[in-house]
Amino acid sequence: MTTRWFGAPVQRVEDDRLLRGHGRFTDDIDGGALECCFVRSPYAHARITSIDVAAAREVRGVVAVYTAADLPFGGVDLPLLIPHPNLTHGRTQRCLASEVVRYAGEAVAFVVAESRYVAEDAAELVHVEYEALPVVITPEAAARAENLVHDDVPGNVAAEMLQEVGDVAAALAVAPHRKTLHFRYERGAASPMEGRAVWARWSEAERKLTVYDSTQSPTSIRGGLAVLFGLPESSVEVIAPDVGGGFGPKIMLFYPDELLVPFAAMQLGRPVKWTEDRQEHFTAVNQERGQVHEVEVGFDDEGRVLALGDDFIHDGGAYTPYGIILPIITAAQVPGPYRIPSYRVRFRDVYTNATPTSPYRGAGRPHACFVMERTLDAIAAELSLDRVEVRRRNLIQPDQFPYDVGVAWQDGNTVVYDSGNYPELLDRALEKLGPRPPGDHVGMGLAIYVEGTGVGPYEGAHVQVLVSGKVIAATGIPSQGQAHATVWAQVVADELGVDVKDVEVTSGDTRRFSWGVGTFASRGAVTAGNAMHIAARMVATKAKHIAADHLEANADDLELVDGRVRVKGSPDRGIPLGAVAVLSNPVRYAFGGGTEAATQFAGKPRPGPPLQDGEQPGLEATGYYSPPGSTWASGCHAAYVRVDPKTFRLEILKYVVVHDCGRVINPLVLQGQIEGGVAQGIGGAFYERLAYDADGQLRNASFMEFLIPYATEIPPIEIDHIETPSPLNPLGVKGAGEAGVIPVGAVIASAIDEALGIPITEMPLSPLRLFELTR
Amino acid sequence: MRVNGVAHPPPQDPRRLLSDHLRHDLGLTGTHVGCEHGVCGCCTVLLDGAAVRSCLMLAVQAEGHEVTTVEGLARDDGPLHAVQQAFHECHGLQCGFCTPGFVMSVVGLLAQHPNPTAQEIEEGIAGNLCRCTGYASIRRAVARAAELSAQ
Repeated sequence: MTTRWFGAPVQRVEDDRLLRGHGRFTDDIDGGALECCFVRSPYAHARITSIDVAAAREVRGVVAVYTAADLPFGGVDLPLLIPHPNLTHGRTQRCLASEVVRYAGEAVAFVVAESRYVAEDAAELVHVEYEALPVVITPEAAARAENLVHDDVPGNVAAEMLQEVGDVAAALAVAPHRKTLHFRYERGAASPMEGRAVWARWSEAERKLTVYDSTQSPTSIRGGLAVLFGLPESSVEVIAPDVGGGFGPKIMLFYPDELLVPFAAMQLGRPVKWTEDRQEHFTAVNQERGQVHEVEVGFDDEGRVLALGDDFIHDGGAYTPYGIILPIITAAQVPGPYRIPSYRVRFRDVYTNATPTSPYRGAGRPHACFVMERTLDAIAAELSLDRVEVRRRNLIQPDQFPYDVGVAWQDGNTVVYDSGNYPELLDRALEKLGPRPPGDHVGMGLAIYVEGTGVGPYEGAHVQVLVSGKVIAATGIPSQGQAHATVWAQVVADELGVDVKDVEVTSGDTRRFSWGVGTFASRGAVTAGNAMHIAARMVATKAKHIAADHLEANADDLELVDGRVRVKGSPDRGIPLGAVAVLSNPVRYAFGGGTEAATQFAGKPRPGPPLQDGEQPGLEATGYYSPPGSTWASGCHAAYVRVDPKTFRLEILKYVVVHDCGRVINPLVLQGQIEGGVAQGIGGAFYERLAYDADGQLRNASFMEFLIPYATEIPPIEIDHIETPSPLNPLGVKGAGEAGVIPVGAVIASAIDEALGIPITEMPLSPLRLFELTR
Repeated sequence: MRVNGVAHPPPQDPRRLLSDHLRHDLGLTGTHVGCEHGVCGCCTVLLDGAAVRSCLMLAVQAEGHEVTTVEGLARDDGPLHAVQQAFHECHGLQCGFCTPGFVMSVVGLLAQHPNPTAQEIEEGIAGNLCRCTGYASIRRAVARAAELSAQ
């Protein structure tokens, strides 16, 4: 093989159209579509006493106004995506609320009009009367259960789960030192730059529903719509076109609009489009991160953790459409890269009158990392030991893999770390961090984390060599900026011996690949990446088999190089891949040449029927990859920060990342994932806090007040990598999408703690909050 | 108004935002709308050569002015504009949604400061939000764009 694409910093193949303004995002699709606007509840908790849409229906240009009463599925609870035996009181919302609203922003009515401007005018005329009910807004208030979010959910507890490894009570009883700690993490928001959007068209002639959706999971949307509308899946096409960032909440199954837009298109016989505006995105799109932890830790004189008990409350929001994946992940990830001989974790997932929660980049892990790292800092402080040394003494060692943590993981298995080298991460990070900068109010922060990535159940891929010699490949999971079209092309190009520019990848389009799960949980590279590898290898094997007859050689003696199948050691004895594609289909192609090779009148026709037992026409294959368990990426972040003692402005003097995600497919793309993740982590640590008031109103639902960092807030990030390949998959890769975010809160907290000499036990912070904490 | 050198009549609806007019009346969907309140910069276009937020203007206010959108920077069949080329080389984009706004801001920046200092780069892109890249690659892209423009 002349070139190996895997591992090379290949520049992205998807850039050109995006840079020219020729990207195709959902709102860019028009097709004469009607446009829509929601009427959303202004109350966080209220009984609806009446809904009057008469005036709205009278507005010129309004085509339809829907309330729950107008929908055949208006009385159906939306799906609970991932049921769990411990989720004893799961509740989901209805498409449009008609009785009780449980968060500000819950959809009540849906207006379809000739334009968005008209739809918004009409939405203002929908008159809904509410009777306010008591609001439950913090996780602590939810746990106190003075008021209930759902009348029929006692204590506001959706789920409770207790796990224990070892004997925490016994270990704590004999531990030389014990400490109880309290930690609090508040809600943040993913805030992709493109909000959500859905476009749908129903073709009565073809009886086919086509949906463009700014989603992270078009295959699942397709499955759900097919069931809801009583159509075979083959009559529903769902495409995630260019998607302007996802970061978790664009996979929900289902947001109300994902049902209402296709429904309206089918009813009205015209394409229908809904595009979210930024204000509604703040309350209508799922959020995350609210948790409160009570920790009890026992440790010895050297700072070794002997036992850790964590009892936490997870703010689930008003409904549990995503099940209890988030607190399960947190519970699993608290121990992180450390040996905890006895670990007990209990959580309660409680309802609040706030937007429902589902994974946001990091998904339960930033809180887990914060709890563990702050606990280790507290142990170091208690014993007057170096924070680095305490970590070093507790780290799992490279010879201890696979390492069984013994608690439940999100895929139903227990957590088993597949590979890693945590001490090496720490050493390299400290080396990169270098000496402390001079000056007052400077603090050093440090955190080490693991991340379970590449969860199943599976992804698939289809790879085909065209008669032109070009290759097309498709997988079900869409891209929201992760450069799938480039990295999958690298994987495929290596197997087929072609140039990466000759591989065209389609992702997230059910017309091209209809099976799959979605882009989330740092799983794309592991699941779809390996599926691409497997499918491409199947095509390579098929190409050798076909070419072997033609070249009168043994298939084992052939190789795929430079777009040709050739005999090893005799590079002149070969045939172009495109010609093999011709041979793979025993009819003649009118265009494209090569027919003389494929004709039955060629020099040496094979005996027997043109397609023999087990053979299929076409130089193509479909492959699937289903991971046996998660791959565990890891990393260490360290930073120096300075805090202005008067203004409490945060200045990040240096930020270093040492990261291990196994084998790296494309270092350029990986660097972008890490840099972007750290920036999002810095936002979540110091700038982005969803400020709910006691009435459940989100007081900062705009980019004027919810402060996503600009370039001025984000320092240069210095990145280094180590590679401990995963033994679990053919490519040896692990996921990298969320890694940048996970430890940032812990790092910033640790550094500010030292800079100001005040204990930091909460996230996110802000200049105002630091001012309050120092008073 | 002239858009990318072509004269267009004003929209019928006086409420029409310039961003909506460009996207939905003229089909120039490269200009994106990320917040509709002037913070994110996704909708940045050039008005008589200066970078402005098209979501904070009514289309009728652009009457008599020259508007340049991202589609106007390079011919469809030609090479990328220097700023676009630099973003490609430096991996200055991921999802690509904020990208046209950044590109237009940088075109405006380089018109004012052909050889921007690190500080001028920082301030020049500090009116645009990106949620994917963490800005490091965009800073590199601006410096590279200045190099390419000088060639």
